[in-house]
This record gives sequence, structure tokens and C-alpha cells, in this order.
Amino acid sequence: MSSYLCSTPEERQAMVESLGLKSMDDLYADVPAEVMIHGPLDLPAPKSELEISRTMESLAKHNTRFRTILRGAGAERHYIPSAVTQICRNEIFVTAYTPYQAEVSQGILQSIFEYQTMICELTGMDVSNASVYDGGTAAAEATAMCRDRKRSKVLVSETVHPDALSVIKTYSFGSNTEVIVVPSKDGVTDKEALKSLLADDSACFYVQQPNFYGQLEDCDELGEIVHAAGAKYIIGSNPATLGVLKSQREYGADIAVGEAQPLGMPLAWGGPYLGYMACTTAMMRKLPGRIVGETTDDKGERAFVLTMQAREQHIRREKASSNICSNQALCALTASVYLAEMGPVGLAEVGDQCYAKAHYLASELCKIDGIELVHPGEFFHEFVTTLPEADRVLCFLEQKGILGGLPVKEGVLWCVTEYCTKADLDEAVAVIKEAYGK
Amino acid sequence: MKTIFELSKPGRGNKVLTPYKTTVGLDPTKEVPKADIPASFKRASAPRLPEVSENDLSRHYNALARRSFGVCDGFYPLGSCTMKYNPKVNESIAALSGFTDIHPLQPKHTVSGCETVYSLARKYLCGITGMDDMTFQPAAGAHGEFTGVLLIKAYHESRGDHARKKIIVPDSAHGTNPATAAMCGFEVCSITSTADGMVDLDALRAVVGPDTAGLMLTNPNTVGKFDKNILEITKIVHDAGGLCYYDGANLNAVMGVARPGDMGFDVCHLNLHKTFSTPHGGGGPGSGAVGCKEILKPFLPASTLGEEPSAQSIGQVKMFYGNFLVVLRAVAYLMTLGNSGVREAAQTAVLNANYMKKKMEEAGYIAAYPGICMHEFVLDLAELKKETGVSALDVAKSMLDHGIHPPTMYFPLIVHEALMFEPTETESRETLDEACAVMAEILKTAKEDPAACHAAPHHTVIGRPDETKAARHPVVRYEFGA
Repeated sequence: MSSYLCSTPEERQAMVESLGLKSMDDLYADVPAEVMIHGPLDLPAPKSELEISRTMESLAKHNTRFRTILRGAGAERHYIPSAVTQICRNEIFVTAYTPYQAEVSQGILQSIFEYQTMICELTGMDVSNASVYDGGTAAAEATAMCRDRKRSKVLVSETVHPDALSVIKTYSFGSNTEVIVVPSKDGVTDKEALKSLLADDSACFYVQQPNFYGQLEDCDELGEIVHAAGAKYIIGSNPATLGVLKSQREYGADIAVGEAQPLGMPLAWGGPYLGYMACTTAMMRKLPGRIVGETTDDKGERAFVLTMQAREQHIRREKASSNICSNQALCALTASVYLAEMGPVGLAEVGDQCYAKAHYLASELCKIDGIELVHPGEFFHEFVTTLPEADRVLCFLEQKGILGGLPVKEGVLWCVTEYCTKADLDEAVAVIKEAYGK
Repeated sequence: MKTIFELSKPGRGNKVLTPYKTTVGLDPTKEVPKADIPASFKRASAPRLPEVSENDLSRHYNALARRSFGVCDGFYPLGSCTMKYNPKVNESIAALSGFTDIHPLQPKHTVSGCETVYSLARKYLCGITGMDDMTFQPAAGAHGEFTGVLLIKAYHESRGDHARKKIIVPDSAHGTNPATAAMCGFEVCSITSTADGMVDLDALRAVVGPDTAGLMLTNPNTVGKFDKNILEITKIVHDAGGLCYYDGANLNAVMGVARPGDMGFDVCHLNLHKTFSTPHGGGGPGSGAVGCKEILKPFLPASTLGEEPSAQSIGQVKMFYGNFLVVLRAVAYLMTLGNSGVREAAQTAVLNANYMKKKMEEAGYIAAYPGICMHEFVLDLAELKKETGVSALDVAKSMLDHGIHPPTMYFPLIVHEALMFEPTETESRETLDEACAVMAEILKTAKEDPAACHAAPHHTVIGRPDETKAARHPVVRYEFGA
């Protein structure tokens, strides 16, 4: 079998001999005999491409693909335009490395520059980086940007995605930072609690808009409260909503973050996704990760380069703003192609349809006895309802090819995107009625 | 070249969705009722996203691709990055809808295919590293380092051993190592390397003590040498009560040959996007799987919401389960190589590096560290610079004119005019010969016409960019005209 090698065993033997050695084993003279592996690895025998394709296709069939997905909670099935999939499959984009050599990487660099611009436009911020791993790590990195010796404590709303809160706590365990969870009331951040928890040592407050329960937070007032206490304000937004909803900048945020999976990335059992991060010019030099800047070449022509590298680990080592090196570049490219294909009109359409369809499903569900909205506030495209006998009903939906909402402490969290048709939603409601014997 | 914003014209665009609010004559029985978002939550103006036709979009991105350089374009001996061939079948597998269309929070019994992929990955990679368990949550190498060093932190804290505040890092280490230790709240203790690039055992003995949390080490190290004292090194750290972290950046040299677990390492990360052939995507996504020995298992990252973590877990390092599609490709790769191919790939990577190194030395270049190397080697161009004024940067830029992606420049930091070559196993002898011939020609030019090297590259789409200007006056987004 080839192992994708480009030389024959005879060629390799000749190369070994050209080095004055007898066998491949002689190359490992520095490896102590005690640690050399003797005998075969605990792996199956090499397989052909056809065998592997069949094995993997069979594994893929062991997963259930749902016809209708009414579950979000940080991962959403949106429509992915064909142009996005096809363009991002380009072998050059797929196999290039981080664009260290600007002269042969202008394409990748320009695509990142364009991505940064689109993220700035969506969020209203001044500067975006080239991406981080996901929405959770973006939030965690953002809290790290705000801490200093005097202001060391991080406040996070209870209404953010539980995984994001968990990631923030893990990063804070690393940096020995105290995380204070601000409680919620009626599904949104409790403003009075926020006021009383903010103090002179508060570094920042992180809230998600729409929040984990789909509720729209009063981000204007939250921002005023946070800034009055002298802390920094971080808002995490689903970018698929930003064609229609207020940008983080309009709410007064210092840092905007979020999970950009809805911009053209498949569900893919949780990854790879895309964390975006943008901030004000004032905080620019604390932003972690790669940033591309425009400059000129030695002939005065437009050129793009990785810039402000004095923030980064390969220059600053233990004093760097983060250890991040590889990011999610191909996912950032995907988001850019998605946004360019959709344009401002298309992205607004996504937002409008998510909103209208989610509100339709909510109103239809609430016509069923025993189902009602748990939270009184405005919501966008996710909402929590009560659902009597939730396990049985969700199981019943599953048998009909429908992935129902996610069971959470307060009830069931539903998500509707533009991908669903009215017929899909009507069917789901009919199946639920059927489950109740109505 | 124009940016996509300069191609944009108001009113252009593509009909991906039916505009449900404005389209006249839609069947109301087929459409949900119109609904208006409350004004207080609506943005004041639309984001200035591009408005382009799909044809213009397609041409724009193809033009960008042509101005980029992938493994598919030519030899890419970028040291430390393991730019091996990215097999096509893995891409096809990662595009199967039975994987791409699976929600991360689906009921467990509906995702057994995905779970099998992870259990296979765990089995194969624990076998290759000699570790007892593995997490796939980390999304990249640095993220894996962060996770692994947090495991070390949690281990010491669980024992009430709060005095262990220092992580030892050799001066030859990647920048991510000290940056990681700092992110995990540790003080970084840098130790010098010996003249032959190894860990200085006396320096190590001098710094270990009751404040040692652990050591982070890359082996083979960043100068391309296998540290033959490895068992002594890990023993010194263990005897002092510290743990040993293996940076898997250079595993490609020894996979199937020797295992970090047998060298005395307690925890390691792997770069699936280097060693296990998943593509780099212009800088990601990768996967920084972390393996650990039994003693660190209780601290492994917690899983996603709804699943009970172990009481001692460090918590999540990423939402959900990591970059699944990347792990999937790595499993497909390992199935292809199988029990014999893994070792064969490592040996060939080492062979190719030694073959190239010898030819370069014969051409007149000076290797920073003589003798047999592992999968990569470092040239030291300090003499050339002194003699001709031509620097490592000049040589690298000259390579661009020959269609070869330059090696890693100015790393490791302990070699001042460093060029680090890693040819990988997926290159033919002819490719290596041609690259060596190019390097010989560049050396000749450097001696006869140094100005030509200073001015290189001559045939790329731009000349050398002004990086100082970019950093001093940052332009990091397109500015729209009035």
C-alpha cells in the first residue's frame, strides 16, 4: 500500500545508501532502544480507497439525518447556497497554510481582509481578527482582553449558552480569574442583580443577544449599567440575525463576538465552526489572533500582510495576548462567501424568515393544551415552551423524521430557521397533536 | 486586484431565498404570516455587504485562489508545519451528508456513526502515542497545549500541591509553549539548549524543584534532532514531582517508531492537521487532540450541555465536541496507512529530510546541527550573510521565483539566520533533487549578484510588502467612500 508516498521501496533503499546507511532503522540511532516500538502497531491492516469509502459510508448511515430540525442551541441548520460549498472546495484554499509568505498568499490574505470588513460591517465594530475556534472560545478570549491588575473579575449572564459559560470558566481556571454569574429573571438578565454585582474590580460583562433561550435582552440598558460601573461590555450575537437586528456597536459594546456557524457551515456534529471577534480601535492591540492589514509592495501596489504581530505568541512568547496560532481560516472564508452570495438583502431575508417562522410555530404550538411560552419577553427565532410528557413527544417526533426542540431545565427550547417551510412546521404541530391523541 | 466591495453595485445579488414579504401573489396557505420585528431591536442601517452577481463572486474567488499557494501548487517544505499531501478521499468522506447534517445535540442513539469515528480515533491515536485516553475537543495545536497544561494544573491542585507554579520550556520551543504556560497561570522557566540542540541536563537539574509543575518538550525538537537523553529528562522532572508535556508538532518523524507515552510523557497533543494529513485550510481548522495517561484522565474536558462531567474535569475548552470533520479525515487517513503504513510514512519523512540535508550541504549550505536529522533540518545562513549580505529572508524570497514555498524562516530563535526545511514523506526524489538544484542556484546568485537576491521575488503578483507601514498605520478593513 502506498501511504501516499511518492517513491518506490527501491528508490528509498537507494536514498538510504546514498546517505552511507544500510537501512531505514539507521536513521533512528538517537532513539533509545528502550522506547523503540517492536512489532506491529495496534491498527488494522491498510485498506484501499474503495474499502475506506464503503466503511465510512456505512458509519455515516449509522447516524440519523432528520428531515426537519427544530433544534438550535448554538448549532443551526440554515440553507447553504451551492456557491458557498463549491467555491470553498477549491483545492488551493483547502491545502494552503497560514499566509506567512505574503508574495504568494495575496489571495488568502485578501480573503481574510474582506472577511474582517464584513464582520466589522455586521457588528459595527472597527477591527476584526481572522477568526478563533468558535463562539465559546471567542467569548472567553474577549473576557481576557478586558482584565488588568485592578479590574480582574469577569461577569457573565446566566442566559448565555451553557457551553460558552463552561469555556469561559475553563479559561478563567487557567488565568486564576474569578467568574461571577449574573442571575436571570423571566429568561433575561436580571438588571438589578447586575447593578449590585458590578464593582470596582469588575473587568467586563458578557451577554448574548438573542440569548440562549432566544429572548431579546435589553442590551441598551445593560450597556449603560456596565459602562456606568467602568467595566467593558461584550455582546455575543448570532450573525445570521445581524442583517436585521441591532449591531453590537449600536448597543455600545466594546467587543463583539459570536458563533458564525449559521453563515454557511454545516451542522457537522459540532464542528468545525467559526468564532468571530471584533472590537473598537481602542482595544485593537489586545485583540488575539491573526489580523490582516493593507499596505503597499516595493512598487507601490496594493498588498496585504499579516500585521500587528507584536501581539502574537511567535514574537511575544509568554507575553502574547493569547497562544492562538491556527484558527478557523477556511470557515472564515466560508462565511465571507456566504455573506457575499446573500448580500445585505439576502441576509435580512434570512433574519425576517427566521423571525416569522419561529413566531408562527410558537403560536401554533401554544394552541395545544398544556403548551405555553415559558418566558414573557420578545424572542427572535428560538423560544422555550412547556411540553407535557416531553420525552415521549420528542421521541414521537423523532420517529417521524423530525428533530424537536432541546429539553432544557425550563422546558423545551425550539429553533426555527429559514430552512423550514410552513408545511414542515404544520407537520410538526400535527405530529405533536397526534402524540397527545388529538 | 479589486476587493469584493469594489465589485459591488446596489441592487445586484442572487435569489437564494424567495423574498416572502415583498413577493406579490404568494400562496398564503403555503407561507407563514408576515411578522414584524419590534423596532427597538432593529438596526438603523443595513450592513454594507457586497452586492454581486454569482458569476462575479465565482470569478473573484477563483482569482484569489490563483494568488494563493497550496500543497496542490508545489513543494511546500515549511518546517514544523508538516505540509504533506491531503488525500482526496478524506475530503469526499468529510462531505457525506450522514456526517455534515448531524446536529451536535441530537439524541445519543441517533449519532452512533459519529461516536464510532471518535472511538476509532481514540483507539488508533492512543496506540500511536502510548496514552490511555484522549479528548478531541481542542481545535488546534495551541488549543491542545492549553488543554494539556490545564490537566497538569488540575492534577497538582487536586493533590493540594499549590506551590508548583513553574513550567519549564527549552529556549528552542515554539512560541505557543511559553504563551500557553502563561495562559494557564504559570511562570515560564526557560532553559538553554546544548550546542548540539539538546536539553541541557545540568540546566534542567538546576531549575527543577518543589515549584516545578511540569516540562513542555517537543521531541524530535525544533532543530530536527531526537533528544537521546529523553528518558533521563523525563525522569529528572518526575523525580522533582513535575509532569511532562509532549508537544506533538514533530510526531511525524516518530509515529509508529517510538511513543511519547514510553518516553515518560504524561500528556501530549497531536496536530491532526499536520501529522495526520488533514488540510490546513489557509490557517485552519485543525484539531489538537490531547492524549493523557491514567493519572490525568479524571481532569479531561467535560462534554457538552446535558452530559454530566466528572467532578474533577477542567470543564469545556470548546463548545460541543471539537472539530469533528477534521478528526473524521484523520481516521480515514489512518485506515489507509494501517499498521504498516504509519511507520513507513515516518521513516520516509526522515529519509527525505536527510537526503535533502546532505544535498544542501554538498551544495555549500551549512546545517545548523550536523549529523543525522529527523523529519526536518535547519540551515544556518549566518556565514552567507556575513560573506555576501544575503540573508535567510533573501534566500526564502528567491525561492518564490522558482515555484517553491519557502521553509520556515528565523525559527528556532536559537539559530539567527535559520531556514527550517521539512520536506515530508509525500514528495518524490525528483522533487527533492529539483529543490536542491534551485537552492544551489540561489547560493550561486547570492555570491555573484547579491542585489538580485535582495530584490527577490521578481515573478510573484506583488513584490515585498511594506510590513512596517502596515503595523504603524493599520488598515484592517476596507473603507467605503463617502
